[in-house]
Amino acid sequence: MTDNNHTVILATDCGSTTTKAILIEKKGNEYRQTFRGEAPTTVEAPFEDVTRGVLNSFSEVEEISGRKILDGENIITPAKGDTGIDLYISTSSAGGGLQMMVAGAVQSMSALSAQRAALGAGAIVMDVIASNDGRLPHEKIDRIRRLRPDMILLSGGTDGGSITHVVELAEYIAAANPTPRLGISYKLPIIFAGNKDTRDTIKTCLEEKCSVRITENIRPTLERENLFPARQEIQDLFLEHVMAQAPGYKKLMKMAQAPIMPTPAAVGNIMQTIAKKENINIVGVDIGGATTDVFSVFDGEFNRTVSANLGMSYSVSNILAETGIENIERWIPFDIDETDVRNRIKNKMIRPTTVPQLIEELKIEHALAREALRLAFEQHKALAIGLKGVQKERDISEAFDQNDIDTLIDMKRLDLLVGSGGVLSHAPKREQSMMMLIDAFQPEGVTRIAVDSIFMMPHLGVLSTVNEKAAAEVFEKDCLINLGTCISVSNISKLNVDCVTFNLNINGTNKEGFLKSGEIVLIEIPTDVEAEIEVIPKRGFDLGNGKGQAIKIKIKGGVVGLVIDARGRPLKMGKDKEANKRLINSWTDVFKAY
Amino acid sequence: MAHAYTPGLKVSEKVRVLKKRILPLIGKVLVNKNDVVSSDMVVAETALPGKVHSINIINKLGISPGRINEYMLKKQGDTVKKNELLAESKPWLKFLRATCVSPIDGTVETISSITGQVLLREKPKPVQVNAHIDGRVVDTIENEGVTIETTATYIQGIFGIGGEVTGELKIGVKNQSDCLSQNELDESFRDKIVVTGAFIDYETLKKAIDVGIKGIIVGGFDDGTLKRILGYDIGVAITGTESIGITIIITEGFGKIEIAQKTFDLLKLRSGEKTSINGATQIRAGVVRPEIIIPYLDEIKADNHLISDGINTENNQTGIKIGDPIRIIRNPLFGKIGVVNALPTDPQLVETGSKLRVLEIKFPDGSVSIVPRANIEAIEQ
Repeated sequence: MTDNNHTVILATDCGSTTTKAILIEKKGNEYRQTFRGEAPTTVEAPFEDVTRGVLNSFSEVEEISGRKILDGENIITPAKGDTGIDLYISTSSAGGGLQMMVAGAVQSMSALSAQRAALGAGAIVMDVIASNDGRLPHEKIDRIRRLRPDMILLSGGTDGGSITHVVELAEYIAAANPTPRLGISYKLPIIFAGNKDTRDTIKTCLEEKCSVRITENIRPTLERENLFPARQEIQDLFLEHVMAQAPGYKKLMKMAQAPIMPTPAAVGNIMQTIAKKENINIVGVDIGGATTDVFSVFDGEFNRTVSANLGMSYSVSNILAETGIENIERWIPFDIDETDVRNRIKNKMIRPTTVPQLIEELKIEHALAREALRLAFEQHKALAIGLKGVQKERDISEAFDQNDIDTLIDMKRLDLLVGSGGVLSHAPKREQSMMMLIDAFQPEGVTRIAVDSIFMMPHLGVLSTVNEKAAAEVFEKDCLINLGTCISVSNISKLNVDCVTFNLNINGTNKEGFLKSGEIVLIEIPTDVEAEIEVIPKRGFDLGNGKGQAIKIKIKGGVVGLVIDARGRPLKMGKDKEANKRLINSWTDVFKAY
Repeated sequence: MAHAYTPGLKVSEKVRVLKKRILPLIGKVLVNKNDVVSSDMVVAETALPGKVHSINIINKLGISPGRINEYMLKKQGDTVKKNELLAESKPWLKFLRATCVSPIDGTVETISSITGQVLLREKPKPVQVNAHIDGRVVDTIENEGVTIETTATYIQGIFGIGGEVTGELKIGVKNQSDCLSQNELDESFRDKIVVTGAFIDYETLKKAIDVGIKGIIVGGFDDGTLKRILGYDIGVAITGTESIGITIIITEGFGKIEIAQKTFDLLKLRSGEKTSINGATQIRAGVVRPEIIIPYLDEIKADNHLISDGINTENNQTGIKIGDPIRIIRNPLFGKIGVVNALPTDPQLVETGSKLRVLEIKFPDGSVSIVPRANIEAIEQ
């Protein structure tokens, strides 16, 4: 990675519905994001050429910024005055992104490692096949044949260890003779990252029907996981095969001056960069129309999951299918019958690009968002367990005991929660985003909360691979909107009893207060103002440092402010609809959210 | 946006319709260019590879994988009959002999000396693709399928379930705001494609299935009815493979919504004609909407039939402009139809507090409303 002397950078993210372009310019000695344009993505008929949408998004940037970027359909480079740019880069999740199937000998070991390698590379994992997954051989073969992934990652066996299970999986794959999702003229790529002693056998078994790539074993020994080479291979294949087959991508790859990166991989990059730079624990979420990605970095360990069918437009009805109507209705603070809610959700599913025009409709969408975020985070916690991203030393007993290892996500040690995606980045009021994030993720102790201002994390993620300085500066100054800090009580067993007192000092002015259990309070602290707060819990209540332990910290303000949340974890809501409505409305009033 | 467009549903009295009929795997095309085909005629066929069965021979015979070939009585590629011997052990004492027989009729696909596994494959399963619509073959794609052309009334629905069916079109209601009730359904509706008005409830839908109606065209129905009829909540709108004994197409949306006047008038006009419908819907990248196709049979059969340019139903999206007819597709004016009166450039504040790009709509009674651009769809001709 080098910090080149670019003065004008143009970056796009080709999403499944919209292509978003941002312009970054060097102003004096610092990089700033200056203009933004968007256009419908054109991967599908009638255009079937992703570059049409990209060029349209450029045109919008040209219109708004006054900078001439295109000469016909060619990018003008380098930048001179108000003409041209120095660097063009892009990410992509259009056309369904990168869709993979993974296979591993043992479900909780090599198959899990393979799943993490694929997710970390930015893929949607369509299925995980394992020797011990409970399915009969013909069921596995049928499943492999029907799925039509972009590629398969096959793993299994430690180096020098067992060979039969992984060869058996290879035999199933060969019998299924799977075809790739895009294009019928090329062989499906299969990455083998298992026992090195089986490489020749695997090749013999598969190479007639598939295009086999060999890389290092993701589980060379029981105690060690090595995901990086497999991830690298996945991303190379993504460019060579998947992107090359998608309409217009060959042209796009020529236009771009750095490899096109899957959108989630780019967001993962930026999350890891922040965590490393600030030496903090992070959870990030990107809630889109079709999928919700969750990222976490705890003690330097990176994990990513994708909930492929949890999203706010195409997948909105699947939130209902997964969580049930009661869990959605509990967040709706007004009278509405179930039939009406159901029909509204389905109407959004069949016309996914519509937007709420009425407050009531917005509140229903925010109810759905809370559940999508909550479910996606649950899935993330279940997968973010135990193993290191690149290599981890562990003893044999731990290795055999993986299913029992607790999640790495420790909410009491979470420093920063970052939200991105339309419903969070473009909520009419930032207070709404803050409420949704707190209600869905339920942070404990002291947690800073931020949102991606206009959805530019993918762009900055890919930019960080070619110009780290520019990516870091824009991220700090223009991307992250600091909403504020949330200080939460973890344990509430009884409502309406004295819970915490606090003493807040903002610019020399003291403010004191107290909360009963079940209450929540918002105190405005302007952005860039540093305040000092001491919160003292009553005996038995926990603010993250242990029961009854006070905290005294310095916090920064934000566009929303400081939230002290004594509602307890997990948030308890009863089955009485009227009581829930009163509760939600009282919380909403605190935030003046609608 | 530099290049905004709002996809709409097509409702056309008479257009040229092109349908590709493609096999899922390489196979054989059975018709020729310029052949006249009827909806039920098979135009291409192939064979899906048979189901694979795995047999762990080494466990059954108590041998090591490396010696499997010594015990196999069949080789890779051999055909086998059900209960035919595949392998047997060779003990000194014959009564200790262990055997392994084939559970299926099929072929030996692989014999693995590493895993000791033998994979048998059942006979290929024939798969046929029919024409689905009456028309004429205008193109054949070698080993893959054909393109069929017809002149037809063509209507897209907004959502459907169930696959392709063909039957006589029957209008079950007097006007588009009426709703057909279960008491009105009798034997005369059997095998028909029935237009049931603005709404259909669960009981009427069940009766329709019992009576043997092939397809329902309706303004809307409740999601609760959909869930009851399927037995589960649809999460993602990818449909067409449901086996519920009927195909349903909703033209407007979920809830009780009268069928758009133009749609209803066209259906009434073509009542009694042979109609092909398909409930398959895919609302993801590459949107697929359910379709109602009512061919003009006389024109297909006419000798002077010309292959002319026209609307390709798989490829048509345009922008919107002042004067275009549009439909509002979200509350508070969901379902209302009007024409575009103005297209203001600057975003405007709406009730939610968002600033959105909007347009002004003029309704037939002369009133106007401001609606987010994202919340309308063009009514395509």
